Amino acid sequence: MFKHHAKIETNIFFMAVGILLTIVVGGLVEVIPLFSIESTIEKVDGVRPYTPLELAGRNIYIREGCYNCHSQMIRPFKDEVERYGHYSLAAESKYDHPFQWGSKRTGPDLARVGGKYTDDWQVRHLINPRDVVPGSIMPGYKHLTRPLDYADIATHLTVNRMVGVPYTDAQIASAKKDVEEQVFSDVGSSPAVLASYPKASLGKASIGLSTANPKVVTEMDALVAYLQVLGTMVDFKTVDDKLIRR
Amino acid sequence: MATIEKDSVSGQNTTGHEWDGIKELNTPLPKWWVYVFWASVIWAIGYWVLYPSWPTQNGYLKGTLGYSSRGELANDLELQKKGRSAWLSKIEASDTAAIEKDKDLLRYAMAGGKIAFNENCAPCHGSGGVGVVGAYPTLADDEWLWGGALADIEQTIQYGVRSAHKDTRASEMPKFGADGLLKNEQIAAVADYVVTLASKAPAKGSAGETVYAENCAVCHAEDGAGQAALGAPALNNQIWLFKGGKDSVKDLVVAQVTKPKHGAMPAWVDRLDPSTIKMLAVYVHNLGGGK
Repeated sequence: MFKHHAKIETNIFFMAVGILLTIVVGGLVEVIPLFSIESTIEKVDGVRPYTPLELAGRNIYIREGCYNCHSQMIRPFKDEVERYGHYSLAAESKYDHPFQWGSKRTGPDLARVGGKYTDDWQVRHLINPRDVVPGSIMPGYKHLTRPLDYADIATHLTVNRMVGVPYTDAQIASAKKDVEEQVFSDVGSSPAVLASYPKASLGKASIGLSTANPKVVTEMDALVAYLQVLGTMVDFKTVDDKLIRR
Repeated sequence: MATIEKDSVSGQNTTGHEWDGIKELNTPLPKWWVYVFWASVIWAIGYWVLYPSWPTQNGYLKGTLGYSSRGELANDLELQKKGRSAWLSKIEASDTAAIEKDKDLLRYAMAGGKIAFNENCAPCHGSGGVGVVGAYPTLADDEWLWGGALADIEQTIQYGVRSAHKDTRASEMPKFGADGLLKNEQIAAVADYVVTLASKAPAKGSAGETVYAENCAVCHAEDGAGQAALGAPALNNQIWLFKGGKDSVKDLVVAQVTKPKHGAMPAWVDRLDPSTIKMLAVYVHNLGGGK
């Protein structure tokens, strides 16, 4: 085998064929498993696409670089499960493009932060974390009290649908209305947006701010709506632990 | 063209190529390296067979050992539970009052409660329950919005206050000003009266007293003692939940009567297990002001 090596190295045709074969084999090994990778996603109920408001909040989360310090991935380790709750499932980020698993924790994991604090706390904490957590090194995000630009929110849903998120035509058509409905509906009421997106967090998060204009949707409202849904979609009481073991 | 020579220094053959008078030794790869290389290839194949590897059409190759990291976690948690069971089983079997009576159990619950408190409660209520001025109540004093008895505290932790849980504690003070139930002069008068009430010298016979008796006393009580069952705070002391550093008490009362702010707390019953909630209740009860 090795003594014919000189033939390959000195003949451009054999060399090209050899390179091609190597790349094909390497490529196939990496690509083929991806065709069936979806079969490894746990089959659990409850995971739904983000509401338009949550999606806008998620875009802010990415824009502000939250993922630089916060992961969204509770690993199946004792200490993580004890602190943060049930380990994260692949199914829980199947509509995330891109996913926000992160790779570094300067702050705590946020995969199950939804419902852990009140909207009021989230807003205070985002404006100046040290107001509520004295030792925090997180920066303040006071600028998020500015109005949210959601004129093009329907386009964001459309783009997500192109990469596989099952938004319906009706959901895309009512995207802008859904943003407003989620913010301006009272907690405990049941507007149409809830029927379309169960477990969405209603109400204007930044209402407690003295500077807040109660009629304007702020970036804060969007970000808090996103944070409040994180990790809440799957009801683990209904999930058989043995069926999601990997 | 290619003349393979033996290099006199190393004793190795050259590759036979020559570039600008530079020749290259054709030294074979060290034996140990080659062995390690092939060994790791074989190891990898063995790994595929023994452990989960490739995704398939309806799942994935599980491997002959049947290993799963999530299964391992389940075992770890089971072992941990067993390790803690000597104490945890007692916590599970006792109610909070019984835990407090047993000195050793109390010590265990305080330690466990403190850890859970720091992770879950301290972000709002502060380390040691000091609270946040103008926002979240102190838990280390004997002033309680929804009751400071053990059972009250446990219930508040379980279901929260104005939370999303169906059994949540909830009450709402009417918007006396915003909804036009009281006129501005009446609100000013009742605020003046509450200020005197708070300094334990109520202005008897004032206009404010009448407004108070007709509108406020039903929840906050005639003497301003409040009513824990309704989450109506006491008004006969100097503790004001929503008072920031600069506000005067009168302005605060006027604002609150006009358009009240309401606090909220999440429900923990779906997030924490019953023993943790019991330990938390005991911990909070013993922070200084338990009733």
